[in-house]
This record gives sequence, structure tokens and C-alpha cells, in this order.
Amino acid sequence: MRIYKNSLLTLFAAFALQIVSCGGSNEGTAAVPDETLEGELNIAGSTTVQPLAEVLAESFEALEPGAVVYVQGGGSSVGVRSAADRSSDIGMASREVKPSELNEYPELVVHTIARDGIAIVTEPGCVIENLTVEQVREIFTGEITNWNEIGGGDLIITVVAREEGSGTRAAFEDMVMDDDLIVDNAILQPSNGAVRTTISVTPGTIGFLSFGYLDDQTKAIAIDGVLPNKENASSGDYSVVRSLSMITCGEPDDLAGAFLDFIMSEDGQAIVAEEGYLPVN
Amino acid sequence: MRYFLLFAALASILIVMMIGIFTFREALPAFRDIGVDNLLTESAWRPGEGQYGILAMITGSGLVTLGAIVLGVPLALGCAVFLSEIAHPNLRAFVKPCVELLAGIPSVVYGLFGMVIIVPVVRGIDIPGNTGFGLFSASIVLAVMILPTITSVAEHAIGSVPKEFREGSLALGATKWETIQKVIIPGARSGVISAIVLGLGRAMGETIAMIMVIGNSVIVPAASTENPLSIFLSRARTLTGNIAVEINYATGLHESALFATGVILFVLIIVVNSSARYLLSHGSLEKVR
Repeated sequence: MRIYKNSLLTLFAAFALQIVSCGGSNEGTAAVPDETLEGELNIAGSTTVQPLAEVLAESFEALEPGAVVYVQGGGSSVGVRSAADRSSDIGMASREVKPSELNEYPELVVHTIARDGIAIVTEPGCVIENLTVEQVREIFTGEITNWNEIGGGDLIITVVAREEGSGTRAAFEDMVMDDDLIVDNAILQPSNGAVRTTISVTPGTIGFLSFGYLDDQTKAIAIDGVLPNKENASSGDYSVVRSLSMITCGEPDDLAGAFLDFIMSEDGQAIVAEEGYLPVN
Repeated sequence: MRYFLLFAALASILIVMMIGIFTFREALPAFRDIGVDNLLTESAWRPGEGQYGILAMITGSGLVTLGAIVLGVPLALGCAVFLSEIAHPNLRAFVKPCVELLAGIPSVVYGLFGMVIIVPVVRGIDIPGNTGFGLFSASIVLAVMILPTITSVAEHAIGSVPKEFREGSLALGATKWETIQKVIIPGARSGVISAIVLGLGRAMGETIAMIMVIGNSVIVPAASTENPLSIFLSRARTLTGNIAVEINYATGLHESALFATGVILFVLIIVVNSSARYLLSHGSLEKVR
């Protein structure tokens, strides 16, 4: 009987300790008089916003040592979905929230945090410098099939695109393709990074990429004479630009709200500019 | 204690049934609204436009599995015969763990290996439109993945052939190679066939490695030159890849159609596993007698 009572007491003590330690962790509410924020923030969605979110998260964690921010990719549709069903605290999207999504999840709140351009890229050795919007559309619909039709060598054009749930793809289709469909035999990759890698090593490829992913692994093509860079995007000369947003289900709670406030602050927007995106003006 | 063990056994049955029922239930709207025949025979998969045909994916899976079997089975059987009949025990002690190690490598690592090593090599084949991504690269990667499965089961089957067969054949004057070819392997025939069928099952279910090397284009693979073998240089998408790429964000009928793809995979695996069991139950002794 004594042994039974002892183990029961131990069990109860362990259980009580567990309850107490679980108590304040996921709330993000003020636990200490000077109002430091604590807790976990889960952010998922667009691979375009992802690198920006990661840098913003680091700076935010430095400001608020009690906060831990986890950032994942998955694509804009994943971002909208996970915000709506609360599997993440904030969803990232690089496209507009569709009316059908707003219908299904009416409590979604969209916070625009930056703007980003979409560049047309090819592998670094490509000789083409400039294309018209019309040519880009014809390449992506499969009407133009060989580089020699637009001034290059005799090589079949291989289109690299994103999966259907991608915000970058949706924005590209919206702004460049009009109602035409991307060719069936395009190589589909599930993230901006994967598109960049594929294009950088495969000759004859062309694809679209967020400005934040432009580097010397790929070559960015000028559209109608305008180079895809930040200056042209903010002046409006380069028109393939879309808003990047963070989406919450209803108004954001304390920790998420603090993070969003940080992003919209001067420091946050300075980070946005540093990372190659356009601040919200 | 006995009831605990019984419970453990029942748990597996319960889990399989639950997976089957859940998958089928989620797939029901797709079967109802799209129709089984439409789903299986239409080649256009464009959920945004309301088109849900998985013929392209069925062909993709079928061809990549065929390619993997053609490339992997001779290699695996050769390895199995070598390990059980020809290898010196010391060499066997070295090779067998290597083959078993192959079975333990995670599939994403195989995908990485495929993307970084195999795809550039396949890109060297000078056919227009060949980017390296496609059925051929995927078949090579898949062949390497099913090799340990086939080798271990086949080796076990070959090793189980009674030694009287071997001794009798050698006593009658056959050479070692003739014995292997005409007595041992036919004697292990059903075990070898079930090894191949198990490898086939593994090949059909592989997802992440396929997504990384096959290109994921929703097209019915077609030969790009007069040589029909160039169909293997075409890009494709597998049934498993279709689910994995799109499930994260699919809603409504689109999601249901992906579950329907899952049901089809489930059915195919059941067929494959049942054939393996059927072949195993027909012991090698009965065949030879």
C-alpha cells in the first residue's frame, strides 16, 4: 500500500509539473511586467516570401529573445490554407487571395508586407538579352519551340515552371500569360530555389523567378528593353510586380501582431529592401 | 500476454482497413462527379480548368516501373546468384552488407544522387529536347533502389534450394554453371518471381526520388525520334508524384481526385502483393517435381 501511495504521489507531482510548464508557452502573452513576448510562431507558405521571412524572423528573434519563429515553404496556396485552418500562425502568399478562398474562409486577413518582381531567367550562357512580352507568352505557351526562332542557336526551348499552387506561377499567369496556358511538357519544380537550380544546370531552359532569387546562377532577361531590377520595378518601368503578403486567420494575436508590426516598421522595411524586395510605400 | 499479442496482430489489420476505408471515402466524390472511366482514360490533368484525367500519370508510372524492372532485375538476380552460389564466404561477407546498406539509404538521397549525377549524364544523349530529366534517369534511380529488395529475397530463395539438387546435378556430370542455370534457378523459380514482384511493388510506390528526376510534366510520354526507345527520354509524372506535388494545397474536387489516384495505387499494390503471395505459396519443390 505504501509503495502504491508513493508512486501515485510521484505521478501526481510529475503531472502537476508538466501542467505548470505547459501553461504559458503557446500564448505569446506578457508573462513579465516589462512585457517581453514569448512563444512560438509558425509561418508557412510562399517560397518567394520565405527567404525574406527567414531574415525578418532572425532580426525579430534578436529583438524579442523569448520568441522563436519557424519558417517553412510549400507555396502560396499552402500559405493561404495553413493560415485558414490555423495549422500555422501566419501564412505567406505571393499572389492575391482568390475569391473562392475568401468565400470558404471569410476570416482571412491579408497584410501586405512587400512587393516583388518576377523575372524571366535563362541559364548563364544564353545569348538572348531581351524579349518582348509577346515572345515570352509564345515561348511559355509552346508556340515558339526553338531558340533559333528568337535569335539564339539551334536548341529546343525547355520551359521550367512551378506547380499549380505556386503564387509566383499564379502571378506570372495573371500578368504575362493572360488566359493562355503554360505548355504541358514544361518541367515542373516545387519551389523558386528548385527552378533556379534546374535552369542553372540545364542548357536551353527558360523560366520565371522571384527577384529575391536572382543571382549569378541564372541570367535575367530584359522584357521590352527593361531590365528586371529593383530600380525599374519601383519606378514602374518593369511591370511584372506583385504584392507579397502575410495572412492571418482573424486579427493576429500578440506575438504574430508584434512580428507583423516589426515587419511594417522602418527597420523591417529596411530589411525588405536589403534582401532584394521592394518595400511597401 | 496472449491477448496483448493478439491485439498487436489485430492492430495491423485495423490500420490497413482504416487507411483503405479513409482513402476510398475521400475519393468517393471524385469517382462520383468525374467518373471512373473519365478519370482513367482522359490525358489532360488541369484541376484549374476542371480537367481530371490521370492517364498521363498511369503511363508515366507504368513506363518508369518497366524501365526499372528491365534495368534492375538482371543486375539483382546476377547479384543474388553470385552471393549464394559463386562468392567465396569472405567476399560474400563484404558484398552482402553493401547490398543491405543500399536498402537503408533514404529515398530523398537517391533523388539527390539522381539529380546531381544521373541527370547530367543522361543529358549527354544527343536527342533534341533531352534535358536529362525524364523516364530514363528515373528508371536508373529506381533500378538501384529496388536492387536490394530483389537481391535479398532471390538470394534467400536460391539458397533454399535443397542441396541434394546441386549434388545430384554435379554427380551426373554437369558443370557448376550448368547446374546453376538448369537446376538451381528453375528450382528457385517461384521465390525469384516473388522477389521480382516485390521489387515491382516498391518501384510503383516510390515518390520523392521520382519527383526529383522525372520532370513532373503532365504529358503522356511519347517517342521524340523514330526510335521507339526514345520514349524513355520523355519527361513524365508518376501517380505518386502527382499526389505529393499537389496535395498540400488541393481543395474540394481536386483533393478528392488526388485521393482517387491513391485508391488506384492501393488497388495496384494489392494486386502486386497478392500475386507475390500466390507465387510464394507454390513452393519450388512442387514445380520441379
